[in-house]
Amino acid sequence: MTKKILIYTLLIIASLTFLYPFYWMVVASLAPESEIGSLTFLPSSFSWHSYTQMFSKIPIGKAFFNSMITATITTIGVITFSSMVGYALAKMEFRGRKAIFYIIIFTMTLPFQITLIPNYITMVKLGLVDTYAALILPFMLNAFAILMFRQAFMTIPQALIDAARIDGCSEIRIIFQVLFPNIIPTIVTVGILSFMNSWNEVLWPLIVIRDESLMTMPQMVTLFSVGGRSEAQLGVKLAAAVVLALPIMIAYGFFQKYFIQSMASSGIKE
Amino acid sequence: MKKKWLPYLLVSPYIIHFIVFVAFPVLFSLVLTFHEWNIISPMKFKGFSNYIKMFNDRMFWKSITNTFMFLIIHIPLQIVVSLALAEFLNQNIKLKGFFRAAFFLPVIVSGVVVTILWQQLFGFDSGLFNRMLVSVGLSKVGWLTDPNIAMGSIAIMATWKNVGLYVILFLVGLQTVPTHYYEAASIEGASHWQKFRKITLPMINPTIFMVVILSTIGGFSLFIEPYIMTGGGPLSSTMSSVLYIYKQAFQYFHMGYSVTLGFFFAMLILGVVVIQKKYIEQGDD
Repeated sequence: MTKKILIYTLLIIASLTFLYPFYWMVVASLAPESEIGSLTFLPSSFSWHSYTQMFSKIPIGKAFFNSMITATITTIGVITFSSMVGYALAKMEFRGRKAIFYIIIFTMTLPFQITLIPNYITMVKLGLVDTYAALILPFMLNAFAILMFRQAFMTIPQALIDAARIDGCSEIRIIFQVLFPNIIPTIVTVGILSFMNSWNEVLWPLIVIRDESLMTMPQMVTLFSVGGRSEAQLGVKLAAAVVLALPIMIAYGFFQKYFIQSMASSGIKE
Repeated sequence: MKKKWLPYLLVSPYIIHFIVFVAFPVLFSLVLTFHEWNIISPMKFKGFSNYIKMFNDRMFWKSITNTFMFLIIHIPLQIVVSLALAEFLNQNIKLKGFFRAAFFLPVIVSGVVVTILWQQLFGFDSGLFNRMLVSVGLSKVGWLTDPNIAMGSIAIMATWKNVGLYVILFLVGLQTVPTHYYEAASIEGASHWQKFRKITLPMINPTIFMVVILSTIGGFSLFIEPYIMTGGGPLSSTMSSVLYIYKQAFQYFHMGYSVTLGFFFAMLILGVVVIQKKYIEQGDD
């Protein structure tokens, strides 16, 4: 019994360690600037001051829009293209299938540090610096998603595909209309991972976007907090961090189980 | 066979993507390592001068040492904390879902948010940690201002951010251990610690190595944390290799040199991961 109490105590302390900083961040962003330095639980009063300051200093609304567009198109792209490739690898016979499979495995182990700068140069030469395309194209397909879809399609009985072919379905319709309803968990997993990775990506936007009106949220918040514009105003910085964290946290609130499963499966794959 | 071209059509987006964003950049970077270039003016062939410069570049080697310093603190801490929490959660606990969700929250949030938040916690005068130290009568610590401590502080923060993910991976690992092993050990009169040492640890070895490899790759990617918190300082003690490569390219516009560093660094990462994997395979026998 004492052992159980000890374990619960440790687990509660641990969860406070993970939750309290976020609580502090939200409360501090709503506290008067002068109190943030000594704040532990509740300020003397709440105000939106830090938020109004932030909205007047940086175009955070535009950045939110840019991040939404980028993450949404990237996610749709990853699901569409990776499922097509995964289907071909799982259910079709063609020369070079093995080779493509090994190339995909190989790209998964290739560190991004090798392609980072050359990819920037490609963007410069294609004239794509400061465009949405630069934010989206490099992430439109990924090896992990292809392997997930390949695995999902391999579990589908061939009879289902044959029946659809006899009915005269094209392969594209087979993938998206006949098979997609059968692999919803995989679509959700790939969707959550793509959206979250795109939403949180910051190094690549820092490299390819210079025009403020095209910046994504993490990039905008980063440049704001390292640059001079926050003028050491803690509350404003924290408000920006809250606005950046909120959409993913809300999504996490609704789809918590899927988030955990998706991330765990991506860990186990590698 | 009808429509022989169809599978090729389906895989063509991947082929194009692979050529443009993987194959070409890798080959092109190999060419670039022998050139000097700032993108605007024509490339200049420089032979091995980039490589010679790299081997004499003390800042680059310092960034690699810094990265290894980070890993030496981060990896053991990550394993001990996540394994302990997973072991607790695996004990028939109520509210398991709540605890798991709480631990996992930092994993899904952007590194930018976590860094801004911890920058305040680490603050010298009004940061939460120093206020706690002062309140129990200890002296303040220069979490981000002391060159001997700053990288350790970042390693602690990175551990906090990722623990939730590794708790889940360890939980999956722990559930693969057959319960009758423990029952048999209990009959023999083994203590909890003995069971953990003799049964649990050997059984979840594969998970431990997976965590080592994932944290290693994560550690080698360290960028946004020092970029926001310290800019690589104090005294370059938190200059990570990715940050240094970024600075070479976008502060000094040494594209050829920056690509050389990236190329070498990627080979180093591959080397470390291959050695770790070899070690795992030997450990499995």
